[in-house]
Amino acid sequence: MKMTFILPLLAGVLAAPALAQNQDLGDPPADLLGDGGAVEDIAIEGEDDGPLRGTVTDESDWEDLGIAIPAFATDRDRQTPANADGTAALGREIARVITANLRNNGLFQPTGPDRLPTPGFAQITDPAWGSWGGRGAEMLVHGYVRARGDDRLVVGCYLYDVALQDELIREGWVVRPADWRRAAHKCSDLIYARLTGEDPFFDSRIAYIAETGPKDNRVKRLAVMDSDGANHRFLTLGSATALTPRYSPDYSKILYLSYVDGNPRIYVYDIGSGRQTLVTQNSSPTIAPRWSPDGRHILYSMAVAGNTDIYRVPASGGRSVRLTDTPGIDIGGSYSPDGRQIVFESDRSGTQQCYVMNADGTNQRRITFFGGRCATPEWSPRGDQIAFTRIAGDFNVAVMTPAGRNLRVLTNGWQDEAPTWAPNGRIIQFFRTTRNAGRSSLWQVDLTGRNERRLPTPVDASDPAWGPIRP
Amino acid sequence: MTIAVSKTAAAVLMTSALALGACAKKAPEELPPVQQTTTTPTPTPTAAVPSGPSVGSQQHFEQAVGSSSVIYFDTDRFNIDSSDAAALQAQAQYFARFPQLTFTIEGHCDERGTREYNLALGERRANAAKNYLVSLGVSPDRIRTVSYGKERPVALSSTAAAWAQNRRAASIIIN
Repeated sequence: MKMTFILPLLAGVLAAPALAQNQDLGDPPADLLGDGGAVEDIAIEGEDDGPLRGTVTDESDWEDLGIAIPAFATDRDRQTPANADGTAALGREIARVITANLRNNGLFQPTGPDRLPTPGFAQITDPAWGSWGGRGAEMLVHGYVRARGDDRLVVGCYLYDVALQDELIREGWVVRPADWRRAAHKCSDLIYARLTGEDPFFDSRIAYIAETGPKDNRVKRLAVMDSDGANHRFLTLGSATALTPRYSPDYSKILYLSYVDGNPRIYVYDIGSGRQTLVTQNSSPTIAPRWSPDGRHILYSMAVAGNTDIYRVPASGGRSVRLTDTPGIDIGGSYSPDGRQIVFESDRSGTQQCYVMNADGTNQRRITFFGGRCATPEWSPRGDQIAFTRIAGDFNVAVMTPAGRNLRVLTNGWQDEAPTWAPNGRIIQFFRTTRNAGRSSLWQVDLTGRNERRLPTPVDASDPAWGPIRP
Repeated sequence: MTIAVSKTAAAVLMTSALALGACAKKAPEELPPVQQTTTTPTPTPTAAVPSGPSVGSQQHFEQAVGSSSVIYFDTDRFNIDSSDAAALQAQAQYFARFPQLTFTIEGHCDERGTREYNLALGERRANAAKNYLVSLGVSPDRIRTVSYGKERPVALSSTAAAWAQNRRAASIIIN
């Protein structure tokens, strides 16, 4: 089934470990953070009067909105490193990525380029309204790809209202050929944000743990991928168990736990240099790493003589500050978006429950009082919700307000664990473990609980950590 | 004498442990019973293991203490109960006989806990076993602890019996 896809990926990694520094690390993935990786916004051609303002449709029915996404046109079919068949083929690929983004997330009813006629370059700014109106599409996405002389690509993205026969919004980007998917994600974000009024989320990445092998001898490796599963990389080789990664807000580093020295320890892995350092020089085990929203601080939990508490250390290094001091297990911690508060997990009351404290550790108070237990709380990037693992017999992903009210259970698997938020706070990823076999996979669910789907990964997967919108 | 000491230590450990709520009685029936012969005073090691594994190997340790190389815990608990205490006394006697040995206590949990919490809980379990051994006279310098949380189960099904076998602190001699 998926094996044909898995084997080339594994083979590529197995061939690579020559530069590993006895840290279980693979080659530094320079392509993840190379020069000129930034996407440049540019003004693109369009109608003179600019984008329309106003609400297109109310939230109750935008999920049924028909959107036609034909292939992006090209001014001239040229060679590009982004696609062996040239810029015209690339334009079709971009439209496919956008279609998959919108469809997979249950957001709209998109129709992709393989079921639509391909518009000419001149029609991108002057749609053939008659032919689109007859297809039942309410919205029309047009775009183009142009290979620039300096080897970069210009990608334009246009959203039209078919009934109004007018442009809603347009945007353009200059990208390296290797980053062509980012242009597709940015176009997806443009469409999504314009039609829903929500913040974007597609142009983001996910760190997670790739799992292989039998239940009693599981290999757990650090891996990263785009929000749609593309550009997948294994970052560790698998000789040491890796767990619980967290991308830094600027995507330059990953915090994660590794047993590479035989003990559970949190490392700061620098993606650019491919090197990693201990989060703190201490002989005690460190677990459960988290970034502050501005990336300037790191939370970690440390077990001293068996008693686990939460500590904060500057990301640049320096002295650690202990934030909790109860004899129970205090662990984890997720900052509110403004950085002022931290929601964390503690069993000081006898069972795992969620607590909120100020960022300096003061004013610790329990917020969960419903039946069951509260574990792995994660504050929404919007600030209005906290997602957590609810343990009440089975494990399920649930949300509540920061005051611990309005509990809503969103999933019903046997063991759904460790929620992580989409950058816009509208979708939650988590991992689901099967009973007996212990197979794990990544899933996501929206805040309605209605749109749940599995994310494709090359092998089993756990501990997803969704990063913010890419800089 | 040794019994009085261990009772005191157990009481201290119990009170320092969290007083948790209702909790299923532990000890899965398929677990081997705790050896009752471990209180036999000072059997000579050469007599106990005439020609088997050598001192300093895990095999030698397990041959000497039997199933007492591992202790088991109730759900979410880390206290040393009476059967754990008996097993740890057997371990302490073994390590008293071979004072040159150092060893590792691995703390483990069942799969029905969240990953990070289980890493912390495994730390508690390993340290509870270590503290008890120290109270029985084993030097803390000889004992390393490590938690594997729920990452290394020995019983693989998702049943109460399997979970009971995975909630454990295992003493391991690493050569």
